[in-house]
Amino acid sequence: MNYNWDWGILFRDPYLGWMISALGWTILISILAWIIAFSLGSILGIFRTSSKKSLRLIATCYVELFRNIPLLVQIFLWYFVFPELLTDDWSRWVKRDMPYPALTTAIISIGLYTASRVCEQVRSGINAVGEDQRQAGRAIGMTEVQVYKYVLLPNAYRIILPPLTSEFLTIFKNSSLALTIGVIELTAMTRQIEEYTFQGFEAFTAATIIYSLVTFTVMALMQQIDRRTALPGSFSKGAS
Amino acid sequence: MFELDFSVIPANSSLLWEGIKMTFLLTGLAIVGGIILGTFLALLRIAKIPVLSQFSAAYVNFFRSLPLILVIFWLFFLVPLIVGRPVGAFSSVLVAFILFEAAYYSEIIRAGINSVRLGQLAAARAMGLTYIQSMRYVILPQAFRAMTPILLTQAIILFQDTSLVYVVGLRDFLVSAEIVANRDQRLVEMFLFVALVYFVFCFAASLGVKYLQKRINNEL
Amino acid sequence: MKKQMIFIAAFISALTFSVPAIADAGDSPTLKRIQDSGVVNIGHRETSIPFSYIGANNEPEGYSIDLCHKIVDAIKEQLGVSSLDINYVPVTGQTRIPLIANGTIDMECGSTTNNLTRQKQVEYLPTTFITGTKIASKVGSGISELEDMNGMVIGMSAGTTNEKAIKAAIAAGGLDIKVVTVKDHSQGWLALKTDRIDAYGSDDVLLYGLISKSDNPSNYQVTGRFLSFDPYALMVQRNDSTFERLGRATIAGLMRSGEMAEIYAKWFEPGPTSINMPMSSTLRVAFQVQALPN
Repeated sequence: MNYNWDWGILFRDPYLGWMISALGWTILISILAWIIAFSLGSILGIFRTSSKKSLRLIATCYVELFRNIPLLVQIFLWYFVFPELLTDDWSRWVKRDMPYPALTTAIISIGLYTASRVCEQVRSGINAVGEDQRQAGRAIGMTEVQVYKYVLLPNAYRIILPPLTSEFLTIFKNSSLALTIGVIELTAMTRQIEEYTFQGFEAFTAATIIYSLVTFTVMALMQQIDRRTALPGSFSKGAS
Repeated sequence: MFELDFSVIPANSSLLWEGIKMTFLLTGLAIVGGIILGTFLALLRIAKIPVLSQFSAAYVNFFRSLPLILVIFWLFFLVPLIVGRPVGAFSSVLVAFILFEAAYYSEIIRAGINSVRLGQLAAARAMGLTYIQSMRYVILPQAFRAMTPILLTQAIILFQDTSLVYVVGLRDFLVSAEIVANRDQRLVEMFLFVALVYFVFCFAASLGVKYLQKRINNEL
Repeated sequence: MKKQMIFIAAFISALTFSVPAIADAGDSPTLKRIQDSGVVNIGHRETSIPFSYIGANNEPEGYSIDLCHKIVDAIKEQLGVSSLDINYVPVTGQTRIPLIANGTIDMECGSTTNNLTRQKQVEYLPTTFITGTKIASKVGSGISELEDMNGMVIGMSAGTTNEKAIKAAIAAGGLDIKVVTVKDHSQGWLALKTDRIDAYGSDDVLLYGLISKSDNPSNYQVTGRFLSFDPYALMVQRNDSTFERLGRATIAGLMRSGEMAEIYAKWFEPGPTSINMPMSSTLRVAFQVQALPN
């Protein structure tokens, strides 16, 4: 194998700085996209299990639309197609004057996509809490909003903590798709380092280790939290 | 703003059709390979020998912590250097998909095997079947029947994941559409078309899975 | 005695039949690979007009592709076969070097600049074109040099010498210019067309090619001084001097016989994309100097 090994390359400037900034972008994308996914997904999950048919319909349409189109295609739709459908001024703003157009587009598209998955998790969590709990709440005079707020959601979230963590880790991995629209996140940076230094193995190994480490850490954290918050008498769904 | 010209789609139908065929070919082969390797990994995981089950667990956890794009890059750029000879775009991408998806399939199959009642294994052994025979004729068929809807859902996910070959330029449906889009400057039309085609396939497939699930539930 | 004679005869004929096989591929890993598989893997670009691009019939074509076809003919002769399959592998600025280095492609027929850093990983055949980095923008944007672009956005293709040259020029001049990297020229041109970027930096011949193919050529201009010196050449694998020599001999032969000028005229004067760039005197001399005698 024709290869000059140089494991120290990544600790040298400027490559170390590059890797750190790229990792920063990856983490930023993940956290911001997660905020979108979690908030929107929770709202949709509530809609999906609500007693009003119109709300259920809205949520179902959203989920089906965003789940059946690949995330990469969705990113392209937001980045290339959406600005062209706007009026000229807005179009220009979205394409260049908005701060960090590629980054923002990546965050929004990953967030909206994952919201559909979070919605399904929230729905299954609410269903797991049970129809009888909901009925009991209504029976003692709570409005539907109160039932959700005091009965369904607190318990649902504790049940679905492992799958939700899984969804966050999926966002973390999906952040790599931002490289297709030019965001220099972690995976893109390894390619760039390979281009400049020809030390592909070292760069790729570093990225692989980082992704594995973050996943491992988040999973370990989740298990700790789950141990403390799990509903007594229920077993938590294994993170799958 | 609205000067959409969809005629570019029929005009390039042969290129797009080749792309769709490539997508389906990749999906089909990856599903088969993924299920075979996934079953093997699941069996290793429940084996009584610690080395085997630890290896399987490590494999699954490792591949599930990586982005698919990174795995594709590893196979496409670095493996030929290791192996010492070129591997070809399609083969390296296919291997990447099989290795990656097998990790997810193995978890599904393991859950399926565990869901088959313990008594079945004991009964099969009592009747004189070896472990392998019990697996082959008693446990796995039942596990697969129960897990078919989830396996199919994972297959739909795989179908969507094949769009990631974009990063290495393999001419699947998305890449073929992008070639047309860039060459004839018709981005909006082509990307909307791609989204529509994926949506129709995946939605129809997911309805099929729901129907299948109802039938299985009615049988049990 | 008779048995011995038969045995010796068989041995000698076996030797005679095996000798050509050794002489064909020689010690070249590339030729051996081609001989074993019967396929030549050619790396091509998708929008490097008119060097290597996807033509109207959805197949790769161009100046560099034609030159590579000549090399494929030479390979056929060397290996003593009447036909070889060609497998076209699309590459981008970023992927072309790793794919030559790992053997996925046998030669890269695109618009690649020969420089000394890249020669750590790949080897180059004789220079086939000479150009340099310039910037393209829309007419009326007021951009003529990189320095006019303070506060604006410039796009470049990832993995190109243009990317490095422009980034270096921006850093050296302390300019306030936002940089956007795109996957390949088609994306870059689209970004310029849709006002995502104010200028696209690339080799000037490629810019002229992109303009000639766009739907409103008079809307665009190529301006500025050369920001880099870019001699193009086909890439082959490193440490394979036999294959390299085959490539060099083929190209030198074309230059000697005048066929090189004909192929150039086919694509540039004016060429299927009407790019219309007559051969510069520098290039003419380069062809003369590299036309090594047999």
